[in-house]
Amino acid sequence: MSLDEGYTTPDGRKIGAVVMEMKNITLRFGGVVAIENISFDIRQGEIRAIIGPNGAGKSSMLNVINGFYHPQEGEIWYKGAQRQAMKPHAIARQGIARTFQNIALFNGMSTLDNIMTGRLTHMKSSLLMQAIWKGPAEREESEQREKVEKIIDFLEIQSIRKTPVGRLPYGLQKRVELARALAAEPTLLLLDEPMAGMNVEEKEDMSRFILDVNDEFGTTIALIEHDMGVVMDISDRVVVMDYGKKIGDGTPEEVINNQEVIDAYLGVAHD
Amino acid sequence: MLYREAGDYKTTYTEDSQTFPIKLDRIGYYSVLIIAFLVVPFVINDYWANAVLVPFLIYAIAVLGLNILVGYCGQLSLGTGGFMAVGAYACYKLMTGFPDLNIFFCVILAGFVTAAVGMLFGLPSLRIKGFYLAVATLAAQFFLVWLFNKVPWFYNYSASGQISSPERTLGGIAITGPHTEAWAKYLFCLVFVFLLAWLARNLTRGNLGRSWMAIRDMDIAAEIIGVNPLKAKLTAFGVSSFFIGVAGALFFAVYLGAAEVGEAFGIQKSFLILFMVIIGGLGSIFGSFAGAAFLVLLPVLLKNVLVGGLGWQTDIAAHLEFVIVGGLIITFLILEPHGLAQLWRIIKEKLRLWPFPH
Ligand SMILES: Nc1ncnc2c1ncn2[C@@H]1O[C@H](COP(=O)(O)OP(=O)(O)OP(=O)(O)O)[C@@H](O)[C@H]1O
Ligand SMILES: [Mg+2]
Repeated sequence: MSLDEGYTTPDGRKIGAVVMEMKNITLRFGGVVAIENISFDIRQGEIRAIIGPNGAGKSSMLNVINGFYHPQEGEIWYKGAQRQAMKPHAIARQGIARTFQNIALFNGMSTLDNIMTGRLTHMKSSLLMQAIWKGPAEREESEQREKVEKIIDFLEIQSIRKTPVGRLPYGLQKRVELARALAAEPTLLLLDEPMAGMNVEEKEDMSRFILDVNDEFGTTIALIEHDMGVVMDISDRVVVMDYGKKIGDGTPEEVINNQEVIDAYLGVAHD
Repeated sequence: MLYREAGDYKTTYTEDSQTFPIKLDRIGYYSVLIIAFLVVPFVINDYWANAVLVPFLIYAIAVLGLNILVGYCGQLSLGTGGFMAVGAYACYKLMTGFPDLNIFFCVILAGFVTAAVGMLFGLPSLRIKGFYLAVATLAAQFFLVWLFNKVPWFYNYSASGQISSPERTLGGIAITGPHTEAWAKYLFCLVFVFLLAWLARNLTRGNLGRSWMAIRDMDIAAEIIGVNPLKAKLTAFGVSSFFIGVAGALFFAVYLGAAEVGEAFGIQKSFLILFMVIIGGLGSIFGSFAGAAFLVLLPVLLKNVLVGGLGWQTDIAAHLEFVIVGGLIITFLILEPHGLAQLWRIIKEKLRLWPFPH
């Protein structure tokens, strides 16, 4: 499992080399230590879960990965090079996309426009070209629209294409947010509780979409999830966090049999 | 019954994203264009040009500009009057400094000068939002008016402190100056309105427009998706100020002929244009026209009906105007932030489905 070349999962998927490596990350907010000296890696093609009780620092970890928070200590290695501190929009261009724990769609826009915005990093026409519109800008818009339509078909949201996202039910909003992130064709997709607040059926749909994305596009996925059933089902390896510390790391079977992990979860249950 | 999209199938993505997807809308649009360009110039008189049409056209440009900034990009500005003044003074300096320069280019260049100034004053938007940004732009408003009053170079050291536009012609026809005919003023402004509305539509329909709206709706998510906030906000300030500068140049050179900065481009102008944006509809091109038309026509209408028809006193009619505008602003802000444009959309939606909603 520690081979540099990667490993093969029990269901026969090939997992590649490390794409993202967090080394000794520490993140503080004033006196609060949100992340304390955590290291872990994410491999190409993997579905990597991050779990832990509320306030463990999971969302903060995703925020560090996509550059929204800058850790006080530690190194981030991405695609074989150490990443310097940079703005989130520059990191988006390096192929990292995400969804949010609390839905963060653009409410004044339609489903289609939200997803088209996700393709922003792939669009090149200048202000002048867009001002003229006819020609390159219009052509680019059509080409990108074609790509977006594929994602719309993939996530089965054809019927809400033109609906303002604010009017959609919660479950569909989550799906549109996934579509918007997918539109970027990311190397690494970060999902912050993609199934929170969903019923069993919606969770099954979402799990299927996540597995399909990973399978069809080879997208590497890091996701935060509270539902242990889902985590066991879809993830290849799991990082467990508690109070900002890493208390477990391994396959789902390994971590649920880890005494420290069991204690953390039982401890929370009795709180 | 007639207003339908059924049978009007879209077979390409380009067709699907055209400006007027419904045939009747397209017919309406072309009819308006034909009337505006080919009929009105022949029937227009001084009263209609000066009281209604020319101010409407010029305000429409300013409202489009402010709507790009406030309605599309979500950055509140109270500096519109000041930026119009920049356009006006830039145009004046260009007209007097380069007498051979075509008036058309004077106006366009004035727009570019204003765009640069607007971007400069837009810089604080990278750090501050909402109310604080509004206060910063308000400071810009007062600073600019003060500057144009204080530095005599801007008004060519004229004794009155006013600027007045010399006569400039286009193909032998006077566009500015006292001998300009109503139709020439109207047509000159109309060309700008047509070009700039087309520009506004193009800039808001694609990539740039979506990055503005993304910043407006959820700036953190926008940045994480790859929108560069610096670029999005500064382009919004630049484009918006370009429009407003052109409007200021036209307002001074073509409409007023002579202007004193505090009077023509004071804070009340900033509010008037903001009200037009709100009443017309935030983030709507059609709404920009509706808002400008509404607030240009309302005082004319009140004056004709109340003062002319019922014999009221002018000041009472003027006060009633304040009450009506104030009431409408509150109503729209509370009930329908997307303004007249949204009301129009709802009516169309009803029409489209009527009489069988399914
Ligand atoms: N911007 C911030 N400023 C101050 N403290 C913060 C900030 N963001 C997170 N924290 C703190 O860091 C800790 C970890 O928060 P985080 O949101 O990462 O937890 P989480 O594991 O995602 O929890 P949950 O399961 O509830 O989403 C918490 O104590 C939180 O209060
Ligand atoms: Mg969280």
